[in-house]
Amino acid sequence: MLQFLLRRTFGAVVILVLLSAFTFFVFFGAGDPAAMSCGKNCTADNIALIHQNLGLDKPLPTQYWDWLVGIFAGRDYSIGHCSAPCFGYSFATKQDVWSTLIDRLPTTASLAIGGAAVFLTVGLGTGLLAAYKRGSLIDKVLTSISMVLSSAQIYILGPIALGLFVYSGLMDSPKYVNFTSDPAGWFMGLLLPWVVMATIFTAQYTRMSRSTMIEQLQEEHVRTAKAKGMSSSYVFLRYAWRGSLIPIVTILGMDLSSLFGGAMITEFTFQLAGVGRLAIDSVITLDLPMVLGVLVFSAALILVFNIIVDATYAFIDPRVRLS
Amino acid sequence: MTTLTKTEGTTVPSGSDPFLSVRDLHVRFSTEDGIVKAVDGLSFDLERGETLGIVGESGSGKSVTNLAILGLHNPKATEIGGEIMLDGQELTGAKERTLEKLRGNKMAMIFQDALTALSPYYTVGRQIAEPFMKHTGASKREGRQRAIEMLTKVGIPQPNLRVDDYPHQFSGGMRQRAMIAMALVCNPQLLIADEPTTALDVTVQAQILDLLKDLQQEFGSAIILITHDLGVVANTADKLLVMYAGRAVERGSVKEILTEPRHPYTWGLLSSMPRLSSDVSEALHPIPGSPPSLLNPPSGCPFNPRCGFTGEVGGSSCTDERPPLAPGRAAACHLSAEQKQTFFIEQIKPRLG
Repeated sequence: MLQFLLRRTFGAVVILVLLSAFTFFVFFGAGDPAAMSCGKNCTADNIALIHQNLGLDKPLPTQYWDWLVGIFAGRDYSIGHCSAPCFGYSFATKQDVWSTLIDRLPTTASLAIGGAAVFLTVGLGTGLLAAYKRGSLIDKVLTSISMVLSSAQIYILGPIALGLFVYSGLMDSPKYVNFTSDPAGWFMGLLLPWVVMATIFTAQYTRMSRSTMIEQLQEEHVRTAKAKGMSSSYVFLRYAWRGSLIPIVTILGMDLSSLFGGAMITEFTFQLAGVGRLAIDSVITLDLPMVLGVLVFSAALILVFNIIVDATYAFIDPRVRLS
Repeated sequence: MTTLTKTEGTTVPSGSDPFLSVRDLHVRFSTEDGIVKAVDGLSFDLERGETLGIVGESGSGKSVTNLAILGLHNPKATEIGGEIMLDGQELTGAKERTLEKLRGNKMAMIFQDALTALSPYYTVGRQIAEPFMKHTGASKREGRQRAIEMLTKVGIPQPNLRVDDYPHQFSGGMRQRAMIAMALVCNPQLLIADEPTTALDVTVQAQILDLLKDLQQEFGSAIILITHDLGVVANTADKLLVMYAGRAVERGSVKEILTEPRHPYTWGLLSSMPRLSSDVSEALHPIPGSPPSLLNPPSGCPFNPRCGFTGEVGGSSCTDERPPLAPGRAAACHLSAEQKQTFFIEQIKPRLG
């Protein structure tokens, strides 16, 4: 297991280096980053100064190397020392990229965790219920609802929810409050985004857990368990459910990594300052260091969740376990 | 559905009721294409300590019958009629709770392919111990002890280590033994073995069959052995039921059926089986055609489209009238008793060598 983790971590690091190098060369090789950093009314002197400050007059590979070293060792700019991990300074806000990311992370993480809690409980719960009561009225109602909801979009549901609950004065505008200082405020502030975001995901989990459960219930080993006299709820939860976990964990890993990397549409719709919002803003303002930072951060999350998912497989299915 | 038709032997042999009695069993599945009559009026009896072989081609209703005894069909899509009595207890229409208490306890089943029939997610030991713990209220420790004991009994080497293995760590023969250990863990009085050796090579086959026999002697269980291999029943079973298109077409002791079969279908089965004693140049005689669709079975005798003897029966009774199966030693065929004997001795027996 340890060997597996080490191998996968090494692979992930290689991917991150390649990804960041590619992005870096595209960003800093094409066009003049100094002009982007400087803004509209920029004198030639200013641009020259920025070139020097950011090290843009050095060859591109050296620039990339400096950027890479900065992540682990920190880096000195003319405006001061940027301590490790240093992803440079934002062109737009002149803030340290890493601290901006860290600043935005709690909002995104809260959104992801709360949303996942909602869509997992509701999605898996209704999926299991529909599978257990397959063919019944409950099954048909749940399947139809999830079909309708899965074709909905956050940018449609979001404004509707805002109109119904916020603009009508029933609730305050969604906002992020620090969990440790005010748990109730944190909960109430994010409730609406959680529910709206989860609505889209729930439908997917309902349909998937229903169909994999129905598939599993037809497995021969499930029938054997019944032939042994095990009760139907035991067979359902211990035998069929166990086999349904693999596809569910796979999808969950992908969803969580993208949610932690920033739920762009949800954050934008509800005006929450998370990583997703940061990504949108920095792309719009051509804030290259920030885009690069968000990109590497999101990619790292996807890789980490992939490793977690693969390790989880081994816990679920002994056939995957490496001896 | 519970009214008995008199087409098959409904009389019970003298004395007490048999241990297992199946009377006029019907199993129907509703599918998108219509209703499949998988089992259509089947009756048989089985006593403790006896082994009944059920043979027939794929789709003749062998497995469906036995799943019906355990009540494992999906009740929503299946209609079961007739009567199944186990030790005086009615099983058709019994409550799920009642059946749960019997399954794995009084009646148990060995499935064909142990790789798919055992769960990949739990250890062999746990899967063997589960029914024992459920039916006897034993603790986890006792369950594990019992699992080791059963693995020893079915001849798994190092059972105290192997008990913690997963099915994929076992070889095919060992998995089948583990499957048998699981079925026998509560000393069932009725054991249904659905092609228990089909997925195994011949040497392991013989070992598994011997094992079943030994265990039967020890516990006095009744065994139903489902197979399409007449060689398997020849050495193992006492009584034989030949099934075709959801019905029994011939019934008798193994010796009777193997030495003087009376139904053209049984003749076909025997002729299509290679024999060591026969000449290598002697061609096998497969039954022409394929089993009929159970959605729309042929009228009259379901075997008539494949039967080479319809011309010998006067009139059109083969296509019009379904031949009944008399009680006791019998074959459901319109040929007269003399005809059956003559054809068998003159045409079939020489082929069998």
